[in-house]
Amino acid sequence: MNKSITIKDIISKGLIAGVVILSLNVIGFITLLGERELITGWFSLGHVFLVATPMAVAYFTTKNMDYESKAKPIGVGFVIGAVSAIPSIILVFLETNTDLRQFLANVSPALTEFLTFGQGVVAGSFILLLFFAVMSALASFVGLLDKKIQHPLVTGVAWVLGIATFSEVLLIRIRDTFGRGVAKFIFEGETLNPIIALFIFLVAAGITLWWDQKGDGIKVTFAGFSPQKKKQLSKGRSLILMVVILFLPLLLGSYLTEVTNNVGIYILMGLGLNIVVGFAGLLDLGYVAFFAIGAYVMGVLTSEGALGLDIGFTFWTALPVAVLTAILFGIILGVPVLGMRGDYLAIVTLGFGEIIRVLAVSDVFKGTLGGAQGILQIPKPEFFGIRLVQPEQLYYVVLGGVLLAVFIATRLRDSRLGRQWMAMREDEDVAEAMGMNLVATKLMAFATGAAFSGLAGAIFASKLTSIFPHSFNLIISINVLALIIVGGVGSIPGVFAGALILVGLPELLREFAEFRMLIYGVLLIVMMLYKPEGFLPDERRKRESSTDEELSLAEN
Amino acid sequence: MSERIKQIDILGVVMWFFRAAIIVAMLWGTIATLMDNPYSAKAWTDTIVAGIAQGSLYALIAIGYTLVYGVLFMINFAHGEFFMSGIMTSTIFIAIPMSESGYLDANPVLGLIIIALVTMLVSIGVAILTERVAYKPLRGAPRLVPLITAIGASFFWQYYFRGLYGSEVKPFPLIDSIAGKMTIFGIEILKSQALVIVVAIIMLIGLNLFVIKTKVGKSIRAAAENKDVARLMGIDVDRAITITFTMGAAMAGIAGVLYALVFRQVHYFMGFFPGIKAFTAAVLGGIGSIPGAALGGLLLGVFESVGPALFLEGLGVPSPHQLKDVIAFTMLVLVLIFRPQGILGERLAEEKA
Repeated sequence: MNKSITIKDIISKGLIAGVVILSLNVIGFITLLGERELITGWFSLGHVFLVATPMAVAYFTTKNMDYESKAKPIGVGFVIGAVSAIPSIILVFLETNTDLRQFLANVSPALTEFLTFGQGVVAGSFILLLFFAVMSALASFVGLLDKKIQHPLVTGVAWVLGIATFSEVLLIRIRDTFGRGVAKFIFEGETLNPIIALFIFLVAAGITLWWDQKGDGIKVTFAGFSPQKKKQLSKGRSLILMVVILFLPLLLGSYLTEVTNNVGIYILMGLGLNIVVGFAGLLDLGYVAFFAIGAYVMGVLTSEGALGLDIGFTFWTALPVAVLTAILFGIILGVPVLGMRGDYLAIVTLGFGEIIRVLAVSDVFKGTLGGAQGILQIPKPEFFGIRLVQPEQLYYVVLGGVLLAVFIATRLRDSRLGRQWMAMREDEDVAEAMGMNLVATKLMAFATGAAFSGLAGAIFASKLTSIFPHSFNLIISINVLALIIVGGVGSIPGVFAGALILVGLPELLREFAEFRMLIYGVLLIVMMLYKPEGFLPDERRKRESSTDEELSLAEN
Repeated sequence: MSERIKQIDILGVVMWFFRAAIIVAMLWGTIATLMDNPYSAKAWTDTIVAGIAQGSLYALIAIGYTLVYGVLFMINFAHGEFFMSGIMTSTIFIAIPMSESGYLDANPVLGLIIIALVTMLVSIGVAILTERVAYKPLRGAPRLVPLITAIGASFFWQYYFRGLYGSEVKPFPLIDSIAGKMTIFGIEILKSQALVIVVAIIMLIGLNLFVIKTKVGKSIRAAAENKDVARLMGIDVDRAITITFTMGAAMAGIAGVLYALVFRQVHYFMGFFPGIKAFTAAVLGGIGSIPGAALGGLLLGVFESVGPALFLEGLGVPSPHQLKDVIAFTMLVLVLIFRPQGILGERLAEEKA
């Protein structure tokens, strides 16, 4: 579908891009990322985010446009880029001539310095304009290229940016495995050496080029294999996957294993909430309550501190108690909301979550739960006399929990109960008319979800050795909700994907920490608008959404 | 079949027991507190007046929830952020500079009007932008989808404004002419609280008249009743929805100014809990009804303010004031269980509830 583009379109699109960049600038996002240099002496993550918006706008504007000569779309890209620089240039002039900082916390000389490349206001603004214009023209140009060249090019750049972005983590791994010398050769400080970057680009682009030409042939060969051989191959693949999962801590090292453990705890919670929201269609915003209950039960039963009951509970004996308590609360809090639907349910569960947190902070239970000071000195789990102190050891506790949860969730999904949940999700009234016992079905969903969350909480308490009521706030519920939405509501692999993206990535990119919730917010909106089925949608849902245009979340 | 009935009965009994237990606990606490009588009459009056002022704020914010829910049947989770965004901006750009130059003390009325106008404009701007980007493309989507984008919008705005103005608490300047106390009908009352109550009453009456009497108000009510039929009658439903958001955000903006006058500080997270409380108030009074929002807000404010001392102290709960939020949320749960249509609401049709 080719469209012709008027001057007005170009300018308005450029201005929209410009306003987006301006927003990123004034909230301090760009300055913060500007401190994260990617390739030594060349550019930082801030530059990438700065120029990404006009480039994307230019690319999508010119991709389908009519043109007689290639100069036209490239010119359009150039103009879009130039226009989008104008708001930021105005900001630079305002910052240097007035005292904007007393109003806007993040409009600082550092921002001006960054935006003008340290070249002074006038020359710097000119460079900024040119930089945006040229990069946007480049984006338009790439959009014109043949797929054969475009694909390897983009892949190569993506690999370089990816490796450079995660250099901090990679650096530690490479240093621990290959020694300081190799690490120093690849990274200067924490940034990628330009020559290595070029090398990575060439390798990634080369492999992509090769795969584009030969890959189809390989796929055809694979499709030609006999079913037996295919089965063998897939068996081999799962075997490799199992071995990798089993020895993951060795591969990752201490820090990354710690991150993986955190991701695992969120996966556990995600699997539970996925049952409540994804299978049964009950939007629960107070899910953190059960996490807190699990954690507090574990804390009170096993703590060696003043608040511990000291009645001989170990991690392993306290674990079932924590899970059962969570289930009990799941039912207790489930009963009053049985008659509520949709958004009312969401707000009430949110209220429950807050009630539990406020009670934990308050003086009412100070004697048992420690009030705002929380519970300290919770012992780490012990396994046949070995205290699991290192993240590498705790990994297996988390892994055990996750595997158990995946098993239960999968079996439940395919069971009679699972089908009842989904029937309820699709239409409560019809499900009831079919003779389903809504009360029991709903309570089972709440109880199962609470059990998973309680298990996660218990492991969390033991892993951290201390718990505070402030770690059980609404943000956790929102995090878990966001991760199952990003992964795909109702999809079990989706929970893994969501947790890796939303919990794993921010731990590796600590620059984003301050803007984590902002990015979550944007992600929730964008997912709902453009990809409501998530990144790894459930098979059944995928089939549903391909037959009709209905959005995949339960309607109730 | 008979088993099914039995089950509902058991559930019904549990609910009745639950209700009875709460009422008994409330009465028990009240009687014990009153027998003990730890507070003077003046302390009680002060608490009630503070509750009414707080309730007036809830009422103003609740209007936004009620209007939007009435028209779109969605909980606009980001409404608390409309409340926050306006007053944050005008505190930093208008109120603080005006106070430093001495203008605000010299011309408090004009100064406050300017602050209120700027606040409303920013709140309305944020509301319209949110509506355009996050809600409008989702008309007709399943009910939970816009709720999730609303949650996303809420967090986005919170952290956006945190990035803009920084994460620390900003003081709202003290205005001399509304500092201190005054006496009305023999009751001593903070001037700022009196202002809150008076302005809230005027705004609520004005808004109610606007919705009932004007043509625009009529178009909103028509859109709330049935969008398709309203469209057939030649009403621009999208415009009616935009106006609904505008009015809700304007009320939230005013509430923001009043909040700042009473509490004298603003913060990027300040919209979140008042937002949820105001939603509770809207449900309490009967969502979709403007007088209901006013009544619900007042009741919630007074309960929250008086409740800890009245119900909990008698039960021997230590530092009951920490549990203010528990009272508010418990009220929400109780209302939704036992009278989901709220105090003044009509019974909502199945499709709405």
